Amino acid sequence: MNVVEAINSALDNELKKDKRVIVLGEDVGVNGGVFRVTDGLQKKHGSDRVVDTPLAELGIVGASIGLAVNGMRPVAEIQFSGFMYAPFDQLFTHAARIRGRSRGRFTVPMVVRTPYGGGIRALELHCESGESFFAHATGMKVVIPSRPYDAKGLLISAIRDPDPVIFMEPMRVYRAIKEEVPETEYTVPLGKANIEHEGSDLTVISYGAMLKYTKQALEKSDYSAEIIDLRTIVPLDTETIINSVKKTGRCVIVHEAPKTCGFAAEIIARINEKCFFNLEAPVERVTGFDVAFPLAKSENHYLPSEKRILKAVDKVMK
Amino acid sequence: MVKKVVENFKVEYLQVMDENGKVDKKLMPNLSAKQIKEMYELMILIRTFDDKAFSMQRQGRIGTYICYKGQEASQIGSTYALNDKDWMFPMYRNTAAYIARKHPMSMILQYWSGDERGLKSPDKLNNFPLSIGVGTQEPYAVGCAWASKLKKEKNVSFVYFGDGGTSKGDFHEALNFAGVFKVPCIFICENNQYAISVPIKRQTNSETIAQKALAYGIAGIQVDGNDIFAVYKAVKEAADNARKGKGATLIESVTYRLCDHSTSDDAKRYRSDKELKQWQKKDPVDRLEKYMKANKLLNDKYKDEVAKKAKEKVEKEVRIFENIKDPDPDDIFKFTFEEMTDELKEQNEEIK
Ligand SMILES: Cc1ncc(C[n+]2csc(CCOP(=O)(O)OP(=O)(O)O)c2C)c(N)n1
Repeated sequence: MNVVEAINSALDNELKKDKRVIVLGEDVGVNGGVFRVTDGLQKKHGSDRVVDTPLAELGIVGASIGLAVNGMRPVAEIQFSGFMYAPFDQLFTHAARIRGRSRGRFTVPMVVRTPYGGGIRALELHCESGESFFAHATGMKVVIPSRPYDAKGLLISAIRDPDPVIFMEPMRVYRAIKEEVPETEYTVPLGKANIEHEGSDLTVISYGAMLKYTKQALEKSDYSAEIIDLRTIVPLDTETIINSVKKTGRCVIVHEAPKTCGFAAEIIARINEKCFFNLEAPVERVTGFDVAFPLAKSENHYLPSEKRILKAVDKVMK
Repeated sequence: MVKKVVENFKVEYLQVMDENGKVDKKLMPNLSAKQIKEMYELMILIRTFDDKAFSMQRQGRIGTYICYKGQEASQIGSTYALNDKDWMFPMYRNTAAYIARKHPMSMILQYWSGDERGLKSPDKLNNFPLSIGVGTQEPYAVGCAWASKLKKEKNVSFVYFGDGGTSKGDFHEALNFAGVFKVPCIFICENNQYAISVPIKRQTNSETIAQKALAYGIAGIQVDGNDIFAVYKAVKEAADNARKGKGATLIESVTYRLCDHSTSDDAKRYRSDKELKQWQKKDPVDRLEKYMKANKLLNDKYKDEVAKKAKEKVEKEVRIFENIKDPDPDDIFKFTFEEMTDELKEQNEEIK
C-alpha cells in the first residue's frame, strides 16, 4: 500500500470496529477526498458516518469538538494544512483545554487529519508545514508519519487516543512510497521515534516527507548515519534522540518548516540540556527558510536539498 | 423573464407578561404555583449572589467578576425549561444559569477567584465550562447536539452568547451546521444591547438578531428577555421541537445588563443615565413580583422569608468557599493529557 491507501485502510478498520468513529470534512464522502484518502468509505459505512460538511474549517473542527465531548470519536479532515488557522482558534481555545477546564469531566478524543508540506507544485497555502504551531499550543498531540506502515498504525493509535491529535500527512510521499501494510488493524504507539537505520558516526533526525529525501541524500555520504524518524513531535521521544546523540556525538536535524522556532530548535535545546558534553560538534539544522512558502517554480530552492543536507553532514563531521 | 418573490419571512416577538406584571392568559405557559414560586426563589437567590460576589470583588476576596444583574429572567427562564441531562454551553455571564443548574455557588466563587477546579460540572449534570472567548462556544455546542442525534438520545444542547457573539464567523458556521445537519440545538442570544461599550447597532444592521436564523433554515424568535414566562415558553417550545427531530432554534432574548460589563468596567462612559432608568423600570425580578402579588402568590412575609433564606444560603456558600485550600503546585500539570508525558513529568519536577 501507499500512504493514501494505508490511511484509508486505518479509517476503514476503525469505522468498522467502533460505532463512535465518524469521518467528516469537505469532499470526504461522495468524492472520497481530494486526495482519495477516504475513497469508498461513505459507500461502505454510510453518509451518517462519513460526512460531507459545509466549507467551513472552524465549523468542522468546532463540531468535532462537540461530537467528541458527547461520546463520538470524530476524525475531521482539513483539506490542506494552510486552512488550519481558522480552526486553530477552536483547537487552542477549547480542544486543548477542555480536559483541564472541566477537571477531567469532559474530554476531546478527536483527530484532525490534514495533508501538509511542499514538493508537489501545489497552489499557495497548500504547502505549509505548521507543526510547530500545534506543538507550541500545548494540549494537543502532533503526529507526522513518513511511510505507509506507520501512517496506518499511528492513525489507529490517534483515533483511540483519549486526547486531541493533529495528524499531519506528508502529501509529497502520499503515493511515492509503497510497502507491505497489513489489511488488519494494528497500532504504532504515539511518542515513540523509530530508528530507521542504525549508524555510528552521526545522528540524523527528521520526520514526515523529508525523511525519504534525507535518506536519499545520506546514501551519497560515506559516513555511517543513525537515522531517526520522530513519528510524533508531541509527545517527543527525547530518550531515543539523546541515546543516539550520546553514542555518535554529532547531530543534524532536517525539516521543511521555516527555521525560526522550527521544531529543530526544540530538539537542539533538549540535546543541550541532556547531553551537551557528549557533543563533538555543534548541532546543525537544515530547514525551510523564514519566508512564505514559494510558488512551484521556486519551491526547490526552499525545501532542504541533497546538497544542503550533505553540507550539514560534512560540517558536523569536521 | 420572471421576477417574483421566492421566499417570505416573518419574525415573531413574544411577550407573555408586560412591565406591570400582567399576563396574557392565552400565551401563559403551563406552570403551577409551586413552579412559579421556585422560579422566583431562584431569581432572588441569584440576585443575592450577584450582589455578594460584586462586593467580594471590591473587597479583594475574589478576582474579576462578571455580573449579570438584569438578565435573571433570561437565564432562569431558559434553564428552567430544560432537563439536567441537556447540555449547557454557557459563557462568562451565565453564572445565574450555573446556579439554576445546581452548580455549587462556592465553586463559582472558587472559579472567579482564579481556581480552575471550580469549573468542574456536578456529576449528574452536563454543565460545560463557561467560554471566555466570545462566540467560540457556538460551534462545539452544535457538534454536541449532533452527537445526541447520531446516538438517538433525546438530549438537547443549549448555548448562550451575547449580541457581540453574533458578529463573528463562529456564529455563521455554527448556525449553518445546525441547519444543514438539523441538530437538536438551542441558540440563546442574550441581547443586552452592548458588547462592553459597543451598542447593538454596531454589531448588526439587521432589525433583529432572531431573523438571522431564517437565513440558515432554522427557527428564530425574539422574546422579551425580562419576562421570565416568555423566555420559558420559547425555550420549552424550542426544546420540544428539537427533541421531536425538528432541528435547531435561535432565540433572541432582548434584555439589558443593569450592571457594568465586569468589575473592571464603568458603564457610565458609554450609557446614559436616562437609558439605564428606562430599563430599570423593566427589571425582571420586580416584574415577576408584581405578577405574583396580583395573583396572591406573594405577600410581604413570604418575600422577607425568601430574601432571608437566599442570604443565608449565599453566606453559607461563601464560608465553604473561604475554607477551600489553594490548589497544590502539581495541579497545573494534571489535566493536559490523560497521561502525563515524560516531558511534563520533568517540568513538574522543577517546582518540587
Ligand atoms: C474573541 C474575543 N474577543 C474579544 C474579547 C474581549 N471581550 C470580552 S467580553 C466582550 C464583549 C462581548 O459582548 P457580548 O457578546 O454582547 O456579551 P455580553 O458581555 O454583553 O454579555 C469583549 C469584546 C473576548 N473575550 N473574546
